[in-house]
Amino acid sequence: MTTLDFRNVTKRYRVRGSGDMLALDDVSFTLTSGQTIALVGQSGSGKSTIAKILTQLERATSGEVLLDGEPIPHRGPGLRRYRQRVRMVFQDPFASLNPYHTIRHHLERPLRLDKVVPADEVEDEVRALLTRVRLDPDATIDRRPHELSGGQRQRVAIARALASRPELLIADEPVSMLDVSIRLGVLNLLADLQRESNLGVLYITHDLATARHFSDEIMVLHHGVVVERGPADDVILRAQHEYTRALRGASPDPDKHFADPSGRAVTRS
Amino acid sequence: MSLSTMPTTSETSEARATEPERPTTLRRLGSSFAMFRNPKSITGLVILGVFALVAILGDLIAPYGPLEKDFSALKQPPSAQHWLGTTHLGEDVFSQIIYGTRGVLVVGLVAGVLATFTAVVIGVAAGYLSGWRSESLSALTNVFLVIPGLPLIIIVASQYDDPSIVLISAVIAVTGWAWGARVLRAQTMSLRNRDFVQAAKANGERLWRIIAVEMLPNLTAIIASSFVGTVTAAVLGLTTLAFIGVIPITNLNWGTILFWAQQNGAFPDFWWWYVPAGLCIAILGTALSLVNFGIDEYVNPRLRSAGERARAMRKKGLSTASGVTAVRIAGKDGDDAAGTGRASSAGADGEGAARP
Repeated sequence: MTTLDFRNVTKRYRVRGSGDMLALDDVSFTLTSGQTIALVGQSGSGKSTIAKILTQLERATSGEVLLDGEPIPHRGPGLRRYRQRVRMVFQDPFASLNPYHTIRHHLERPLRLDKVVPADEVEDEVRALLTRVRLDPDATIDRRPHELSGGQRQRVAIARALASRPELLIADEPVSMLDVSIRLGVLNLLADLQRESNLGVLYITHDLATARHFSDEIMVLHHGVVVERGPADDVILRAQHEYTRALRGASPDPDKHFADPSGRAVTRS
Repeated sequence: MSLSTMPTTSETSEARATEPERPTTLRRLGSSFAMFRNPKSITGLVILGVFALVAILGDLIAPYGPLEKDFSALKQPPSAQHWLGTTHLGEDVFSQIIYGTRGVLVVGLVAGVLATFTAVVIGVAAGYLSGWRSESLSALTNVFLVIPGLPLIIIVASQYDDPSIVLISAVIAVTGWAWGARVLRAQTMSLRNRDFVQAAKANGERLWRIIAVEMLPNLTAIIASSFVGTVTAAVLGLTTLAFIGVIPITNLNWGTILFWAQQNGAFPDFWWWYVPAGLCIAILGTALSLVNFGIDEYVNPRLRSAGERARAMRKKGLSTASGVTAVRIAGKDGDDAAGTGRASSAGADGEGAARP
């Protein structure tokens, strides 16, 4: 059982000429394996800052992040070990894969870096990973990102994140850049993978509907402050904070959705 | 390669495992040179190839030694014996041009390599680092950018009685790397914050690997263009220096021919003495520029995608003017299986990716 403690984290960005920008203000939460927490908020609310601190691409200004009670080391093998256990899926699969390298390269690197499998089994493991994310290994392994569709790319990105066999996964708006028609496929894949390997998932999104469907708990972030949290249904159905209600009001209504006379699924514009 | 876990029989899995290897390496190599795959670059490269051949095979091609004197034929116009005439000492101009090619190309190449190497190291470092280190590297680049090249070269070169070819190249490189470094810095800064670099960092890749393996391949076109640019500058610099007599006449190149022609009153009557050398400089410069235009076309996404699409359509036997939307049909060959699943077989999630 892995437990990630995000404890009283504050993050300030120094903005040249206009003082500091407070991105996160005293944010705390706990993520354990097998659990999905949705982090909901609009652009600029600090969602991605949390992802960056969790992957240690940024450092918290104050507060700490504990993995199984141990603070994250800032460098060296300890940091690598942490990064092997906590992985991230980036938002934009068009930007998060190197256009120059093949899919093989993208999946091999984490395997070799963390020595997940012996060198002579890397090829098999890459194929197994592609199969896990429901891609045909033969058809994809030697391709480059631009030869794949957005959904396929995001599957590759998910495979890359899973390569080091992490215990916790941070999914930073994993479907917001994808066509509406394929979002559900990718989200279902994530949910399946989570059940298969008992992952703890931090699902960052601005879409309340999918947050409710895919997560156990929802945290609503507004201007760097957690304004509401609790079991998914409670937060949605009995929203306390004004901002959550506004968010909910912006979501499509499922009843209206299916009552469309033409019988076709209507999607939010 | 162990394939024991593959569910297929050993024979088919063997074939499957080995077959993609060759096309992949070839395709990989091919795409590294994609920037040269257009008419402009190819024309330029062919001309450069001819000059390179002349430089390498100079001893075989040249009918006379470059300094071989024939006092019976002084300042002779082109003839059967001397295709491009002779100098005031009866030296064969054609042979001098051929031997001079070597000096020009070697200096151009060495200076280009030195300058590009410096530009990559300083430019990429300045782009990737941040804070005072980036600022100071940037300031250094700016200083070298505003240093007037030619006067500096004249001062340095005139310190030595007989500067070697490497020294001349080095001096030219010192004044020529800054522009490339500037461009590379800008491009690196934009690459640095791309998600794939961040992803590599989050995977725990080492700094040098991120730079060398993740970022540099994406900079090849700019590095190539910067290399071609510095070679051009080096060739022009070298011939200029030789022409004004800063570089000793023992270093034989096209500029030296012009120097002697000018010294001995060749202008304007003895045209065979100076026109060939001038033309060679112009043609080499044109060839290098053509290569650079080709790279430009490749780098500029607008020019590039238009050209690529047109080429791809021509390959499929479609006319670009017909206005037909090209749809690839899956299953025709293995090549299409991954990319076009969407077009042919709309899967449950509309994506066709689920084909384990």
